Amino acid sequence: MFFMLPFIFVLKISLAEPIMAIPPYTALLEWGDSLLPSIRASLESYLFLFSDSLYIKAYLSSLKIAIISTILTLIIGYSIAYSVAKAPTRWRGVLLMLVILPFWTSFLIRVYAWIGILKTEGLLNLALMSIGIIDKPLIIMNTDLAVYIGIVYSYLPFMILPLYANLEKMDMSLLEAAADLGCRPFKTFWTVTIPLSIPGILAGCFLVFIPVMGEFVIPDLLGGTKTLMIGKVLWTEFFYNRDWPVASAVAIILLALLVVPIMLYQKSQEKAIS
Amino acid sequence: MKKFGNFNIAALVIGFSFLYIPIILLILFSFNESRLVTVWGGFSTKWYSELMQNQGIKDAAWVTIKVAFVSSTMATILGTIAGLVMTRFGSFKGRTLFSGMIYAPMVMPEVIIGLSTLLMFVALAVDRGVFTVTLAHITFSMCYVAVVIQSRMSSYDDSITEAALDLGCTPFRTFILITLPIILPAVISGWLLSFTLSLDDLVIASFTSGPGSTTLPMKIYSMVRLGVTPEINAVSTILVGLVTLGVVTASIIGRRQKQQTI
Repeated sequence: MFFMLPFIFVLKISLAEPIMAIPPYTALLEWGDSLLPSIRASLESYLFLFSDSLYIKAYLSSLKIAIISTILTLIIGYSIAYSVAKAPTRWRGVLLMLVILPFWTSFLIRVYAWIGILKTEGLLNLALMSIGIIDKPLIIMNTDLAVYIGIVYSYLPFMILPLYANLEKMDMSLLEAAADLGCRPFKTFWTVTIPLSIPGILAGCFLVFIPVMGEFVIPDLLGGTKTLMIGKVLWTEFFYNRDWPVASAVAIILLALLVVPIMLYQKSQEKAIS
Repeated sequence: MKKFGNFNIAALVIGFSFLYIPIILLILFSFNESRLVTVWGGFSTKWYSELMQNQGIKDAAWVTIKVAFVSSTMATILGTIAGLVMTRFGSFKGRTLFSGMIYAPMVMPEVIIGLSTLLMFVALAVDRGVFTVTLAHITFSMCYVAVVIQSRMSSYDDSITEAALDLGCTPFRTFILITLPIILPAVISGWLLSFTLSLDDLVIASFTSGPGSTTLPMKIYSMVRLGVTPEINAVSTILVGLVTLGVVTASIIGRRQKQQTI
């Protein structure tokens, strides 16, 4: 009983969010005089979303960016996690802390750090030009490439940590068995290590894919006007166009798209803890 | 199979360079004499003294610290309770729903959390300000605390609690005397985690803040939009330094406690 009261309180707060996010209940009541016109208006904003190709394009482009960057993060994150897990035990603590440290450092600051590097007159171009690899500055800033770099960089710790937790627990005798039976290292990795680390891979991919779908800061600061992502569209609708119903509709559809991955993630986490 | 080959070393070196070079460059250029962020003009701390005179940044920093302190404390209390509920009550009605609510905010895009929280405040006619930002931060960082506590509780020996109860200790005293000291490291790391989460948050704060409650990330964001300046590097360096200090201290405390229990 001691726990039940706050539990109900917690339940109430958390439950309030998704309900309130649905346009008919809130934003529209602010403008409409009665319930009836507000409900009609809410459907209009959904229809509006489907009639204007901008929104559909933004969803598709977010999906594309999220998938590509999840794969990139997985490849880079897996090599780092694998190496940390294979490192001598006394190094592991320090290495792991080096992975965690950027995770605690402000997201905004880490994205900002890349602006100085990727700018046309930035440090990367300066370095490459002084070595003589290129003679014209590369245009990376305000392109999709900069967005990919920013996402992979920011979300890398989210990928490494679950992968490491999984790889560390792996039974090394299985790998030895495979090697003893004449399996080559690469094949062992492909047929033993990878299948065994699937739970870690899934957790890491969910932790990257779901938040990236709605990412706002990275496409806003690193991407250009052509970089279309739904989080940025929502932000623009809300803060610049002041169109709350459309912003809410954008959020609801995004949420609907993410419900399945979020539930899968929750299932995998529950299993991992118990 | 304890081979630590060239590939592993290369992966670590490249991986960690990728993670750290941007931050190191950022720190380096905060001590740059020149206003141009890319040209090195000699060592100087003038951007730090300039920062100290910037009232806007100081105000924002103060708001951020207040919000982070209150919200992380509240989130730790509520999150600990939620985490305990999840492990103590094996299965109860609505457990799946409740656990979904704990996990969802961890992956939920921030724009959705921000917008929905704001709409709730509007619907309840709450004036936006420091209070609403704090409340929003409590809501989402509570979930992280709950998960930290829950994973700690999974290795918790229930027979200790039962022994205390059998010996006539009241449930409340058992919690204070037995359970809390055992899970204290997890509670502390939960608090630190929510403190940094609140310190970092830009998106949710932007949605839920009102006049007079500009947080430091919001201030930095509006400065970044205007361009790269050494002042931003300086304020970022201070933040990075504080966070590093916190993480290193926390891990030393954690290690010492582990040694004590062994």
